[in-house]
Amino acid sequence: MPVSLLWAVDVYGRVYSLSTAGQQWEQCHDTQMEFKRVAAAQQCCWGIACDNNIYLNVHASDLPVRYQEETYENQRWNPVDGFSERLLPSDRWQWSDVTGLQHQPMDSFQLPSRSWEWEGDWYADENFEGEPTEKGGWSYAIDFPATYTKDKKWNSCVRRRRWLRYRRYKAMDTWAKIPSQQSSLPDPFSDISCGGWEINEEPRGRLSLWAVSLQGKVWFREGIYHHNPEGCLWEEVPLPGEVVQISCGPEDLVWAVLWEGQLIVREGVGRDCPKGTSWTVVDSPSPGVGAIHVAVGNNVVWALTKDNKVWFRRGVNSHNPCGSGWLNMVGEMIMVNVGLNDQVFAISCEDRAVYFRQGVTSSELSGKTWKAITVPRDRDRSHSSASTNSLQSAGCYFCGEVRAQSVVSDVESDTEKVSTDGASCLVAFTSPESFADAPTDLSDQPDETPKPRIPKVTSDSFISELVSDRGPGKTAAGSAAPAVLEEETCISAEGDSCAGVALSPSQSGGPLDPQWSNVDLEEAQAQTGAVLDTAETSSLSSVATYTLAIEDQYVVDEHPLWAWVSGGGCSVDSHSQLSWFNCSLNTSSLIQSVQSMSLSVTPAQTAAWRKQIFEQLSERTRREIDNFRHFEQAIEQSVWVKKGTMQWWRDWKPHKWIDVHFALEQFSGPEGNKDGILFIYYNFCEEKKYLHAFVNEVTILVPVLSDSKHTFAIYTPERTKQRWPIRLAAATELEMHDWLALLSMSCCDSRGIHGPPSKQAIWSITCKGDIFVSEPSPSLEAMPYPTPCDQMFWRQVGGHLRMVECNSVGIVWGIGYDHTAWVYTGGYGGGFFQGLASSTDNIYTQSDVKSVYIYENQRWNPVTGYTNRGLPTDRYMWSDASGLQECSKTNTKPPSPQWTWVSDWAIDYSVSGGTDREGWQYAADFPASYHGYKTMKDFVRRRRWARKCKLTTTGPWQEIPPIPLSDVTILPCAAQSNVDVVPLWAISNKGDVLCRLGVTTLTPAGSSWLHVGTDQPFKSISIGAASQVWAIAKDGSAFYRGSVSSQSPAGDSWYHIPSPSKQKLKQVSVGRTSLYAVDENGNLWYRQGQTPRYPQGSSWEHISNNVRKVSVGPLDQVWIIADKVQGSHSLSCGTVCHRLGVQPMEPKGQSWDYGIGGGWDHITVRGNSIEPLRVHLSPQTDPSTQVSRSPLPVRNTEFNSNAVGS
Amino acid sequence: MADDKDVLRDVWFGRIPTCFTLNQDEVTEREAEPYYLLLPRVSYLTLVTDKVKKHFLKVMKAEDVEEMWFEYEGTPLKWHYPIGVLFDLHASNTVLPWSITVHFKNFPDRDLLHCPSSSVIEAHFMSSIKEADALKHKSQVVNDMQKKDHKQLWMGLQNDKFDQFWAMNRKLMEYSTEDGGFRYIPFRIYQTMSDRPFIQKLFRPVSPEGNVHTLGDLLKEMYPTALPNDEPLAGTLDQLKSSPTTTTTTTTTTPPCMSDTGALIPPPTP
Repeated sequence: MPVSLLWAVDVYGRVYSLSTAGQQWEQCHDTQMEFKRVAAAQQCCWGIACDNNIYLNVHASDLPVRYQEETYENQRWNPVDGFSERLLPSDRWQWSDVTGLQHQPMDSFQLPSRSWEWEGDWYADENFEGEPTEKGGWSYAIDFPATYTKDKKWNSCVRRRRWLRYRRYKAMDTWAKIPSQQSSLPDPFSDISCGGWEINEEPRGRLSLWAVSLQGKVWFREGIYHHNPEGCLWEEVPLPGEVVQISCGPEDLVWAVLWEGQLIVREGVGRDCPKGTSWTVVDSPSPGVGAIHVAVGNNVVWALTKDNKVWFRRGVNSHNPCGSGWLNMVGEMIMVNVGLNDQVFAISCEDRAVYFRQGVTSSELSGKTWKAITVPRDRDRSHSSASTNSLQSAGCYFCGEVRAQSVVSDVESDTEKVSTDGASCLVAFTSPESFADAPTDLSDQPDETPKPRIPKVTSDSFISELVSDRGPGKTAAGSAAPAVLEEETCISAEGDSCAGVALSPSQSGGPLDPQWSNVDLEEAQAQTGAVLDTAETSSLSSVATYTLAIEDQYVVDEHPLWAWVSGGGCSVDSHSQLSWFNCSLNTSSLIQSVQSMSLSVTPAQTAAWRKQIFEQLSERTRREIDNFRHFEQAIEQSVWVKKGTMQWWRDWKPHKWIDVHFALEQFSGPEGNKDGILFIYYNFCEEKKYLHAFVNEVTILVPVLSDSKHTFAIYTPERTKQRWPIRLAAATELEMHDWLALLSMSCCDSRGIHGPPSKQAIWSITCKGDIFVSEPSPSLEAMPYPTPCDQMFWRQVGGHLRMVECNSVGIVWGIGYDHTAWVYTGGYGGGFFQGLASSTDNIYTQSDVKSVYIYENQRWNPVTGYTNRGLPTDRYMWSDASGLQECSKTNTKPPSPQWTWVSDWAIDYSVSGGTDREGWQYAADFPASYHGYKTMKDFVRRRRWARKCKLTTTGPWQEIPPIPLSDVTILPCAAQSNVDVVPLWAISNKGDVLCRLGVTTLTPAGSSWLHVGTDQPFKSISIGAASQVWAIAKDGSAFYRGSVSSQSPAGDSWYHIPSPSKQKLKQVSVGRTSLYAVDENGNLWYRQGQTPRYPQGSSWEHISNNVRKVSVGPLDQVWIIADKVQGSHSLSCGTVCHRLGVQPMEPKGQSWDYGIGGGWDHITVRGNSIEPLRVHLSPQTDPSTQVSRSPLPVRNTEFNSNAVGS
Repeated sequence: MADDKDVLRDVWFGRIPTCFTLNQDEVTEREAEPYYLLLPRVSYLTLVTDKVKKHFLKVMKAEDVEEMWFEYEGTPLKWHYPIGVLFDLHASNTVLPWSITVHFKNFPDRDLLHCPSSSVIEAHFMSSIKEADALKHKSQVVNDMQKKDHKQLWMGLQNDKFDQFWAMNRKLMEYSTEDGGFRYIPFRIYQTMSDRPFIQKLFRPVSPEGNVHTLGDLLKEMYPTALPNDEPLAGTLDQLKSSPTTTTTTTTTTPPCMSDTGALIPPPTP
């Protein structure tokens, strides 16, 4: 299906187009003014602008519109001068047309309009009848007019030559005014319709263009074809009455509506007479109610009556253009349009949405149902993408960066619209960067974002809406030029002074601002009420300063109101796959895919007969191929390209989603391994460009958390450094999963990674709950030059977890958001990885449940007590925890389309700080610390509401019932160790410490829990390679478990270890000898002074801040999840980092190396026991590497003990 | 532990070493060397023999060349059968490489379909896919696919791209757990010694009593002579499985697990 466009005009006169491959309405950015109506053909679009002139937008194509002008230069021979321009009086003009009858000097040729340009100067055509002539291109004859030859003969008395000049239509992809013929057109046009391209194929590009003037006259545009897209002149068509609207189909149908409500049909339209010959009157479908609108296609006529009813005309064909009778159809519409293939588009009376008639086929021309086109507009998208961050509390990717930028994005997108040409466009881009870059840190945002600018934008549109409120009166009076109107806008706005903001930017932005003036009178009346409403709300909100900006950001998907639609250029049919309706997200595809998984998950896979079939196949291969491998292959391996359309979060500012073409080219690499290149094709300033990435450089494909779009991110090492991945959005969940599965397979193929993860694999989890695994290379922990961790390749494993822990013999446990414990089954794939990218057994259904929280906020006032009427400066009365996002019960969605609600909203009493009986927490003011009882000083209160949502997926995980867990740790044994029973400790959801019995490599799930007594609930636990067990209690202090050994797996007693001063620890990880802990303020601590004799250590040493989680591996390697990492393009939260310079003599390391992120929540490196390759650089480093062999270096001699036995 | 993928790959990457020789009666300018190729089992002769044609055209005059066709031991080879079927049907006993004679004259109109271009093969292939899906899913899956998906299936076959083909074909091979299987199993039993070129009937994957059918059940119902007579059926599942390949001397051959479309029938669960 070639990509084609559906055109529409909204009630503000802005023109949009929607590509059949697109997912959003793109605003026609070069529009200088508002339009009333558009009429599209495949090669161009006609429109009536608010200045009542007709404009033409010719789509750029490979075929230029070029016209050849020619004139002839004539000369006669005389004995004196030879051939000269002196002709006989009876001769033709010296410059003439080919017949000689028309005087045509070169300077009489003018460009037909400003849309044309000369390609070059005049030149003499040196070809004559296809053969080259002598110099000058002359052809000779005895006399005019006679037979010309290229050779000069003795009797050649006259000669002539042809001069040529080309002109080219230059106004491609822009709205060019059709010069009006003032003399013949006293009144302006009110309706336009084009069609007729199928009546007559010749000349190419021929169109019939019909127009209706305000006085009800009908005009036909003559001479439109490819080389003359503008046509030549208007010709009036006599009428039996006054016409209000006309419609012309691709073939010979032309219908019009009369003022009185009848319809007239043009008869005699045909190849020789595209204009037709006469009119026939057809009565209105409804006897009492006149027709108001008509739309015709090849063989269909649709009409609307004044009561907005929709009618379909039966029996219409080229022999009987009048048809036979009317059928009343469902729906109330204000306009209807028939596009190509008799497909029908309409604008609903109720919500002003564009509807597409589904199921229109040649056998069922009336179709089946109306379906609303729900794609957002270009501008809405940048809003909705901004709203992605609204779920920060639920954990979001790129939290910091997107948020900071999105606040600016709206301002910038307006700036962009202001600029009309490329040059100023660039200026506009660069200028805001200065402030857009600065507020990368979240906390800076309120200060850094230019406050005055944002209200300016809102008040601006607000004013124009106020003006538009009054607009109809003015515009009805006459066709005021937009410039004049613009001035009026400013004056009246300043007079109003309801928003005393400088309006200078609005002037330049003016022509594109919503304006009422262009819209038809009847529609204006219909809309006045609605506009008043918006005006009121905006005047309310315009009081606020900062919150207003936020609100403006998050007013998502303000429903576009459409005024006109034209499908004449839109090549769809009932089979077209359109992504116009997919905005409502569903999870059915996932359920379906879960079901389909069962195809390959049958126990039959391992059955004997299957094995036999496989063996027979292998035997056949041996028999038939092995001896003939030197034979040539019949099919050469070639490049395979998969293409699709997606949206891309573009790299430059203002960041927004744009429609792109996406392609994956796969080919066999030089060593027979498969490789590929990704291409993203986009348009920049009307120029086609692309971005590419080599598949073998892609380090990860991550699904990104988004409540409204199906998005994923692609990282390369370079993009990881920038903290700015390629972000893409697919139209449907299924499409995204198809692409992810394919891309992932391609990446794995190019790196030769197949099958399940190795025992040494590094596991990590994103804040979305997706599980990733990376195969460590031996040089990952090498000294002094480890593999940079932004080069690590991560692939996804099916399932959904909150945390995962592993050890080096391949035992992997995970814990879900609902605290369910899961054990890894040894498979791979699952989730959306199906078929080839997934193992066929060991994949099980997995579900997870989590809660979404919103806050109800109230303020106390002396009259009514606590109410939901806050101060204007207050947060939303329903908000997220920060109060910055509005989160009402109805508008809060599950974190992503994968989740579905499984409960209703309920008050959550389990909030830290406590609540009163109704769940309220009180405070003096927002934002402050809340407490669970009311005091005299409390003026605000809030309470938390929770709602549960559930996700179902598949993955290589099996549940370990029944105890819900909050933490788990496995002894990180060396890979060679043959420990039969592997110590595994866990903390239950309630804080009990548990020890799992019977865990071996064969039975990784173990057999039963052993309860280990504690004085208080615990929250984190870790066991080191030498069976040293450390835990963190709920109060933030650490405990060491004494005497744990294989004989006594549960140890004997806890030793209390105080936390670092004034800090409460929250997580601990023990490697071979090193111990690290993270406190609640994000500090990372190293335990000093541990020795075999004194394993409790002596003191805490601060290593780093901004740390969320730590994982210490069996090589004492230290990896963390860092909270904030600054990349070259943006900041990321939740980044995997690797401690560099960790050596046995220097277990604290030196610096951090930054890896994948943000958006990561958890990492475990406790499976990686691959000893690094030793690099002997110089003799100086040798001693240390030799010492490093000793497992427990005795180094610290200070024992300032503070350990207490408990 | 082998995965299903291994079977799929082995079926897909099945190759038959073939020696093409020009028919002696063809007029040549000089002697034509034989041409050796590894033919994919899951493909069509006319789709993979461009190289063969080019090779022999080098020694022939243009006016002597008509439509190319192939013959093995006097039997014209039907290009619209998958290559693997042709081989198992006619030549499974042969010494490898399979020796095929190439003709450029006297096209046997009565035996063979003309194949003027690869679009004919594509049409044939797609109609087979559609026919199979009609049996499997009442055509729902294939009809839900877009044109480009169909193209991907075809291009995958044409270019011998396993991943490309299976990325799409996977959808055709899925069924929901509730259904327990396809509506009908698409299959054809090709035979050489009969008036009918092949047997094709409706066959449910599950018996009315709820037992899952095996390939043995299918053969027992459709073509009992293919089975060894002396042994009771129920106990010889493994033999049933192997019968198509081990009894290639009989007139019937079904490549294991392969329908005419090249699509893999999921191994029936015993």
